[in-house]
Amino acid sequence: MFYREAGQFKTTYPADQQILPIRQDRYALGAILVLAFLIIPFAASDYWFTAILIPFLIFALAALGLNILTGYTGQLSLGTAGFMAVGAFAAFNFVLRVPGIPVLVAFVLAGLTAALVGLAFGLPSLRIKGFYLAVATLAAQFFIEWVLIKFGWFSNYNSSGVITAQPIVILGYEFNTPRSKYLLTLCIVALLALAAKNMVRSGTGRAWMAVRDMDIAAEVIGIRIFRVKLLAFAVSSFYCGVAGALWAYAHLGSVEPAAFTLERSFQILFMIIIGGVGSILGSFLGAAFIVLLPILLDRGVHLIPGIPRDLLSNLEFIIFGGLIIFFLAVEPHGLARLWQIGKEKLRLWPFPH
Amino acid sequence: MTFFFEVLIGGLLAGVMYSLVALGFVLIYKASGVFNFAQGAMVFFAALTFISIVERGMNFWLAIAVTLAVMIALGFAIERVVLRPLVNQPQITLFMATIGLAYFVEGLAQGLWGAQVHAIELPIRDVPFTVAGVNVSQFDLFISGTAAVLVIALALFFNYTGIGRALRAVADDHQAALSIGIPLERIWGIVWAVAGFVALVAGLLWGSRTGVQFALTFTALKALPVLILGGFDSIAGAIVGGLIVGAAEKLAEVYIGSSLGLNIGTGIENWFPYALAILFLLVRPEGLFGEKRIERV
Repeated sequence: MFYREAGQFKTTYPADQQILPIRQDRYALGAILVLAFLIIPFAASDYWFTAILIPFLIFALAALGLNILTGYTGQLSLGTAGFMAVGAFAAFNFVLRVPGIPVLVAFVLAGLTAALVGLAFGLPSLRIKGFYLAVATLAAQFFIEWVLIKFGWFSNYNSSGVITAQPIVILGYEFNTPRSKYLLTLCIVALLALAAKNMVRSGTGRAWMAVRDMDIAAEVIGIRIFRVKLLAFAVSSFYCGVAGALWAYAHLGSVEPAAFTLERSFQILFMIIIGGVGSILGSFLGAAFIVLLPILLDRGVHLIPGIPRDLLSNLEFIIFGGLIIFFLAVEPHGLARLWQIGKEKLRLWPFPH
Repeated sequence: MTFFFEVLIGGLLAGVMYSLVALGFVLIYKASGVFNFAQGAMVFFAALTFISIVERGMNFWLAIAVTLAVMIALGFAIERVVLRPLVNQPQITLFMATIGLAYFVEGLAQGLWGAQVHAIELPIRDVPFTVAGVNVSQFDLFISGTAAVLVIALALFFNYTGIGRALRAVADDHQAALSIGIPLERIWGIVWAVAGFVALVAGLLWGSRTGVQFALTFTALKALPVLILGGFDSIAGAIVGGLIVGAAEKLAEVYIGSSLGLNIGTGIENWFPYALAILFLLVRPEGLFGEKRIERV
């Protein structure tokens, strides 16, 4: 009743091709953007910025990257955190070694470096498929971790491999408060999300999805699989690289390779599975879920009195694992699908059909 | 030359340890197409359960029997709670579910028994002896013997028992197996129980080598390159892959590591097996013994 496209006629091609064809959706997105850009910066506390909002946005960006590769192109990757690490360390080195380089340019270069590394590790994907490829991407994860720890050059010969992010200065303004860092992250993430949305609606995205659904059939109709797969690896790694750079600069301030372990890769994989494989919105929903869940669990478990400390952390493990299984059993297509079902219901309400 | 052989044999024997974990993966993948990431957690769970009840004063053999019963129960429970609701889902979903399962089992193991490191005393002493000038560890030989017995037993089980034949039928084609009346659910339960048994053996041997601790769960990561090298669905592949990875890893550590002179050697074993496996995969995309994939449009 409230959510209905009745009376909205498309009279031009641009109107037919816009991202959100239904007016209510556009209003909703506008409201979310207003909330994120204008209201949250003044309403949220520093704790919210540093512990929830900034990690959420960065994770959403990384999940977006992984979703392009795994959700849209169908190449399961377990090396996401490795590419994030490349981005973080590349940004650090660009700012360190190129005098006077603007930070944003360094971020872009960091993304491009990650894309190059992603290309290299994407090369086997032409011959290797499925889980074999997934395990092969683990090689990327371990190799990158090892290189960053082993060769001191990458961390400017810090004895423990830690890099400390330089201050972010753009056009003379220093982004040093949680609020300003949040806004910077938000701008970057919003832009890249828009780019991703448009990419997956374009011919490129169609080619990715054709490869995902059946690569041989895609090849038969004239899609150059190798190029398309490599492009997906490059774009995905670019997103992950920028996310990694933001992780170092906007979130933690100083990171070591141990911040980008296999555990992190799994975390991001969880996000896209729970959020929705092959969905831009799903990347955000999944990131929100995974960021909030441990915090809520932590709060929730503390409410039960008389549990010893070490049991508590194990209990969190158990609940986390159990929830993931539960979620997969109940809604294997993720939160994005739930959202879709909800929208459909709203369209029909109060009628059942 | 003696030194080379010592390194080689040490590597081969270490490789057998990887094969033991890889076996559990292969069993489950063969029968249900599930890539079971929780195998490492199951190894940890089995070893920790065993050592904890031994430390509470139970007889060694009785403890093995009890742990085996627990692992079998766990296998059937996993089938009931995790797999059955996820029938007909894409493989990646099942894979994710096993990652969730890994978290669950790890938390359960440590929640039940605590997080301390335990030592397992197996009734075999770890003393080296010399064959033709090459030092060989008695313990490693025992492990290889165990692995050999295990593989032979599994081969007999798969080829000569009714359940084994049903397992192979299920592995070939779920639907065809169902249509001739093979109870799919029970078969999967059995496979997971057998994988639990293999996890127990691997857990005991790894545990007595490294101590029973959380790091046991990472044995899964050691087994993955073995798997892709040998092929996900081949028991022979798991053994041969383990031998190749073990030997290559040790040789690379000793020879490549030191000859590059970069102080590069340490830590190379974390990624070298994967790089090796990828090289093999580029030539044979299904691993050495994996079933050939036929693609149709």
